[in-house]
Amino acid sequence: MSPVSRGFRGRSRVPAEEEDRIPPGQHLTNDFPVLSAGPTPHTPLPEWTFSITQGGDTLKSWTWPQMQALPAETIAADIHCVTRWSKLGTQWRGVSVDTLLDQVAAEAPYVLAFCDGGYTTNLPTEDVTGGKAWVAFGYEGAPLEPEHGGPARLLVPHLYFWKSAKWVRGLELRDHDAPGFWETYGYHMYGDPWKQQRYAGD
Amino acid sequence: METTAVRRRLTWQVAAVTSIARETPSVVTIELQPPDWPGHRAGQHLDVRLTAEDGYSAERSYSIASAPGEPPAITVERLENGEVSPYLTGELRAGDQLELRGPIGGYFVWEPANDSPLMLIAGGSGVVPLRSMLRHRLRTGSDVPARLLYSSRTLPDVIYRGELDHYGDGARVIYTLTRSQPPGWTGYAGRVNAATLAQTAWPASQRPLAFVCGPTRFVETVAQNLIALGYPPDRVKTERFGGT
Repeated sequence: MSPVSRGFRGRSRVPAEEEDRIPPGQHLTNDFPVLSAGPTPHTPLPEWTFSITQGGDTLKSWTWPQMQALPAETIAADIHCVTRWSKLGTQWRGVSVDTLLDQVAAEAPYVLAFCDGGYTTNLPTEDVTGGKAWVAFGYEGAPLEPEHGGPARLLVPHLYFWKSAKWVRGLELRDHDAPGFWETYGYHMYGDPWKQQRYAGD
Repeated sequence: METTAVRRRLTWQVAAVTSIARETPSVVTIELQPPDWPGHRAGQHLDVRLTAEDGYSAERSYSIASAPGEPPAITVERLENGEVSPYLTGELRAGDQLELRGPIGGYFVWEPANDSPLMLIAGGSGVVPLRSMLRHRLRTGSDVPARLLYSSRTLPDVIYRGELDHYGDGARVIYTLTRSQPPGWTGYAGRVNAATLAQTAWPASQRPLAFVCGPTRFVETVAQNLIALGYPPDRVKTERFGGT
């Protein structure tokens, strides 16, 4: 039971019609904060590829034009950052991870997303398939800005947003779960915002 | 990449507010006494939770301002449209209780064992975790050469000024004031740009380690300029706050 904070009434109550879209411990923001552990990488599009790997082998790789030629979807999503902001009704453009994984024969229970700048994050495969995850390159009708993860980031809106890895360059198929970047520093291995799985042990 | 695992479960605890010190007209430092504090590292943060009488609660993260070995303290800037910061900077009093958990984070962290020249670059209240690093350096007797380049709007907006002016030759503090400068000002004027960094940052050849903290725009500009000066991306650790 939390003690009452003397004199605190709160200010930004969520409108009733949006209340059930905000996970516990989160508050609404209208801007789009940026949180990254290092400098923003700028990979030229001619050098960009997206790869699916397993055991050190590249099973399949797409160049930027090849990725753009795949069927893309428009995604409306509420996003939730572990630093406690949530943003409702964001609009993205991207290719479903299903579309990519359908083109490789292999399967595995886990994936590790890897990125420019060395960032990684781990996810169960079932959380990036079945229409739940995308490689997104458009945001609100424009190309995704580098500081928000452009040219392309993973979009997994049902988990805390650090799982939606910026500057994503591929997925490693894994037999065993292994912590990615923030997970190594004490953040939760799964990251369900509705269960407030912010840190290890939550 | 370091792989220091932090696997201790973080539970909420009720800390006592032992003191509140005003740093600037809009910034306070709140010293806390939690019943069970495992100690923190320089650069980590903690979470604060406020609860209203009707059960409504609001949580925020704040960088830890004190050095490892000191009681945890946070330095909070009042944001005019904020929900939690006006309470922490205006309503909270010494003797009150404050619910918190932490410490959290392990990447934006400096350890004295790292003997690379330390380049700290702060915009506004981004100085808070960097001050923890400078205090830690001083308290441990580290002789790692350190520089802090600190951008503020005006001189009265400079947080920790009295302390920063007394770090001595081993830790040089360089100010830039972006909005106005007092008569006779000998520091830099204007926003941190490529020229400011070329003049103040350790040369990349000395293998410095940089920590950059501040508003998003500030951090983006500084980080890109450090890379242009030859800093490898993995030697530039960043922490951003606020919108774009």
